[in-house]
Amino acid sequence: MSSDAFPTRRPALDRLDGAWAADKAAQVLMFVAGISAIVFILGIFAFIAREGLSFVFSRFSFAEFFGSIRWAPTSNSNPTFGALALIVGTASVTGMAMIVAIPFSLGAAVYIAEFARGRTRETLKVLVELLAAIPSVVWGFIGLSIMNKLIIDVFDVSVGLNVLNAGIILGLMAAPIMTTIAEDALKAVPDRYREAAEAMGATRWQVIRRVVLPAARNGLASAVLLGVGRGFGETMAVLMASGHSINLPTSIFDSVRALTATIAAELGETAVGSDHYGALFTLGLFLFLITFAINLTADLVVRGIRKK
Amino acid sequence: MDVDLDVKRGIITSLIGPSGCGKSTLLRCVNRINERLGYVRTEGLVEVLGHDAYDPQVDLSQLRRQVGMVFQRPNPLPISIRDNILFGQRMHEPDSPDLAGSAADDVVESALREVLLWDGVKDHLDRAATSLSLEEQQKLCIARLLPLKPSLILMDEPCSALDPKATAVIEDLIWKLRGDYTIILVTHNMAQARRASDECAFMLMGRMIEHRKTDDLFVTPKDQRTADYIEGRYG
Repeated sequence: MSSDAFPTRRPALDRLDGAWAADKAAQVLMFVAGISAIVFILGIFAFIAREGLSFVFSRFSFAEFFGSIRWAPTSNSNPTFGALALIVGTASVTGMAMIVAIPFSLGAAVYIAEFARGRTRETLKVLVELLAAIPSVVWGFIGLSIMNKLIIDVFDVSVGLNVLNAGIILGLMAAPIMTTIAEDALKAVPDRYREAAEAMGATRWQVIRRVVLPAARNGLASAVLLGVGRGFGETMAVLMASGHSINLPTSIFDSVRALTATIAAELGETAVGSDHYGALFTLGLFLFLITFAINLTADLVVRGIRKK
Repeated sequence: MDVDLDVKRGIITSLIGPSGCGKSTLLRCVNRINERLGYVRTEGLVEVLGHDAYDPQVDLSQLRRQVGMVFQRPNPLPISIRDNILFGQRMHEPDSPDLAGSAADDVVESALREVLLWDGVKDHLDRAATSLSLEEQQKLCIARLLPLKPSLILMDEPCSALDPKATAVIEDLIWKLRGDYTIILVTHNMAQARRASDECAFMLMGRMIEHRKTDDLFVTPKDQRTADYIEGRYG
């Protein structure tokens, strides 16, 4: 073999150059960014738990917290910490929100994914995403000023800030994200299923009802669950539209108070380390666990389809 | 594309030609599944059993009930084997007595028997159809057309996703259906056309070049282009 074929000045095979270093650095950076989510979630959980658990181990009573509707942590003579009304408040507003959001968002998703074409489709998708970007305080403002009067006029009730108001506002807030996720789920259904059904003479609606919706059901369920998670966690709009009065609602025209709104409204006025402060963190811990469970379920449900 | 083709009842007519010659497009005009694409315009007359398929009076759903289709990639619906077979009837005649109780079982059994799939799947009819092997899936895709008693079955390269053994099985099956159904078989595989069709039509660049009895077309092609193609000079 001549020396021309192998020039004498070749780079050594074991030389580590700048590109190698940049590659390693980028890998480390990406890794740190990637696991930061885990670090943050554990950190937040540890913080809330530390602040809340001191209360849980001292003043907390399971029967009172989950069984009593008396939430009077600032009472001088007899402070009580019954969160039942707050839990029911949050649940009722979220339930109302889902009644509003599920038909809206699933309908919109089916239209965007199955019927709309070209420009209409793109425009709608952008608009839906814009809707998701409206700040929650703006929604709360709409609830407080517009919906309030509207509900009083239409239903002839004395107070317009109630489960119905907060539920509608929250439903409209949750609908865009639910629409986006549901649409992704519908789009993930392979087109050959639709083609197969159409070739057998199925009409558009039959294809959607008998083929597309069943095939996408896990994704749709997870869209709904994420909407529920959003409902549980929303604070400002609910605080402004729900009436914020401690109450076990007997109709959709009753005012309620949500867990989140309670924390937001009261935390600034408590002494750090007091029972009230600890109780609010316990509410936070409870909320955190619930939304965590809902989101985890949603995630597992989606993974369920992939495995099949 | 400009094509004139007369398909006779009860026999298998194969469509051959090089890629892009328009065989599949022609086939997909017959049940108007081309229209899914939205940008396709079809001109001319497609007559199925004496009816113009493009007559505005024609109900697309009824047309496709009469004209079944088998696709290149087996595409069973992501539901159970049983539900795949009953899918067509549930759509077209939801009140049919065939769908009630044991009558439905008979429909499923006879359709699966006809495609020789019954013995393999009879014990797990509730399993997802997508869990079957490709060969079984393709058989199922043929079987699910049968309860609707289509007069014409379009097959768009039904074996191209299958191995030689499965191909032979499906070809036998197609041959077995001959007589009861009119079949148009698009194939990329000349040997398959030769094995599994009565008449054969050769297409090139969107035109119908020659259409004769399969044996004649392969032994004594009239057109030079046909002769060159079947001898493998191009395509």
